[in-house]
Amino acid sequence: MKRVALLGMPNTGKSTLFNRLSGASARVGNWPGITVDLMSAKILLGGHIAELVDLPGLYDLHGFSDDEHVVRHFLSHHKVDLAMIILNGAQIDRQLSLALQIRSLGLPAILLLNMEDEAKRAGITIDTQAMGRQLNMPVLAISAKYGSGCQQALQLAAKTIAEHPSPSQPQLIASKLEADNQIEQEMHQIVESTVQMPLQLNDATTDRIDRVLLHPWLGLPLFFASIFLLFQFIFTIGAPLQEGMAWFFDTLRSAILEPVLASLPAWLNGLLLDGLYTGFSTVAAFVPIIVLFFLVMSMVEDSGYLSRAAFLMDTIMAKMGLDGRGFVMVLMGFGCNVPALMGTRVMRSRPMRLLTMLVIPLSLCSARLQVFLFMIAILFAPSQAALVMFSLYMVSFGTIFLTAILFKGKFKSHEPFVLELPPYRFPTPRQIWLRGWQEVKHFLQRATKFIVIGVVMVWLLTHLPMDAVPASPETWAGSIGRFFAPVLDPIGIDTQLAIALIFGFVAKEIVVGSLAVIYGLQGDALTQQIAMHIDWVQGMSFMLFTLIYTPCLSTIATLKSEGKSAGFMWLSLIWSLGLAWVISFIFYQTARALGY
Amino acid sequence: MQLNSLNPGESAVIDSIEADQALYQRLNALGFRPGKYLQVIRQAAFNGPLHVRIGSTDVIIRTHDARAIHLRPSPQHPESPIV
Repeated sequence: MKRVALLGMPNTGKSTLFNRLSGASARVGNWPGITVDLMSAKILLGGHIAELVDLPGLYDLHGFSDDEHVVRHFLSHHKVDLAMIILNGAQIDRQLSLALQIRSLGLPAILLLNMEDEAKRAGITIDTQAMGRQLNMPVLAISAKYGSGCQQALQLAAKTIAEHPSPSQPQLIASKLEADNQIEQEMHQIVESTVQMPLQLNDATTDRIDRVLLHPWLGLPLFFASIFLLFQFIFTIGAPLQEGMAWFFDTLRSAILEPVLASLPAWLNGLLLDGLYTGFSTVAAFVPIIVLFFLVMSMVEDSGYLSRAAFLMDTIMAKMGLDGRGFVMVLMGFGCNVPALMGTRVMRSRPMRLLTMLVIPLSLCSARLQVFLFMIAILFAPSQAALVMFSLYMVSFGTIFLTAILFKGKFKSHEPFVLELPPYRFPTPRQIWLRGWQEVKHFLQRATKFIVIGVVMVWLLTHLPMDAVPASPETWAGSIGRFFAPVLDPIGIDTQLAIALIFGFVAKEIVVGSLAVIYGLQGDALTQQIAMHIDWVQGMSFMLFTLIYTPCLSTIATLKSEGKSAGFMWLSLIWSLGLAWVISFIFYQTARALGY
Repeated sequence: MQLNSLNPGESAVIDSIEADQALYQRLNALGFRPGKYLQVIRQAAFNGPLHVRIGSTDVIIRTHDARAIHLRPSPQHPESPIV
């Protein structure tokens, strides 16, 4: 099968073109030695199936950024039949260097000049025929966004491959990549003779919008307001959708699955329904929120506003070793950690991305909020409730700061902070929709197995041995709780609460439900029992622990798949467990020492 | 005279770039080359990054990184207050 590599600078519409050529068939490929997700798709090229690979955007084949390393690694380890280069027609005067660099590798290539519309608006004219002759490679003007020229691009690709039937030789490319080259002069000469550009380009609309959105005083408040509105939108629409999913799965269970499986032995029935089925529905519950998040995020990202967020928030975030884009993701984490972790993919420096992924699980997500609202209502007077809630949010912010400051030396980003500010663009609905769909597919592919296994394991722990009452201290979970008693007693967590924490490992949504199972009570009887059983100091310690330790299995699965490293997942797990214990310990012992 | 001391609204011509290789390559790829005309559009609050326009490209750059870019007064704009 022929392989076509799509290459281009960031913000040239490369991914838009990829989505247009691949339709919804794209998937995340596995390439040994590469730590970012590369999308690839099977496309029809001149009557044959070919593989189209979307390589990360790069400025310079010889550059030092993580993405530039990935591209070099790819080209020096995998055969490529054609390089499809996409450059921004409006910035051809500096982007042409990339085409020349790729040509010097000896790769068969075609050059696509994107955003014909934008370049036209800016008054740029390009003589593609003359440029093609000088470059000795076919040149075609296209619009990835509106699709004009895309079919011709495919035909051109098929024709070029037919003319150069032998694929690239990775070793040869590897050695060529090491030799530097004299590209500057040739680029200057080609641009001079084929491109006509007005002296100063001005995108008047972008300038006008920037004057408001990047205003010295108004910029930040406007940024906070717009992010707040976007998240409000996600959760206003997402909450009923999630409830709808929950209703659907409950109904399916009580109307069909329970009657059908009733004849099975109790243990098998429990394993299938409370283990496997709960696992699948836990995974499914994330689908609406992920779709919505990426619908909104791709709008923000493609519009060019995310780079502006980096500009506005940089001073504050730089102190934490993060950047402004990380801030948007951490904020999202207060809604739900999973899409926030997936969203860090916009950060192109791997160390900075990992640091952001390390702090996101510490943000108080809406699932933890449910546990806290339940516990606070039981243990605190209504007049104190708001203060307790507020203090939990402060602890969440505090742990984020602490973690970032402590780990910023370990995850040091060497990438210079020099970013392009693209003009504002309107993404098309098709672009937005494809993105949301791909992200969900990605999450389901990667997370399902992991989460189902985790749920089944927790079910086994809380239901075995078979003669024990489920979730009672006699189960294996109870034994684990007792085993850890020397560690858990100093933070005021007894065996029952320890079992609830084991359940909480799966998802915080089921903690309240698990307390009902653990105490064997429901409704008012349950709240009275808890109020009698534990005092407010223990309750607060339990909440602090719940806040800081691992948010849920889906988050762990996402940490692993996005970080592409089991070691990183363990670091995050162990750090948050340790931090949770230390903070609960300090709180519990101080409160007891003060006589509470 | 380096880029970090240029005020919003002011412009100049790049004289030289003195940066380590990573920063140099990135600047080069974004169009920062000796002899090129650039203009500072604005600066983010709290001494934040600069928003610089160079040719057809808008770039944000931390003041720390901007120190690598040495400037000379722009000939087309003799009224610009830099010397």
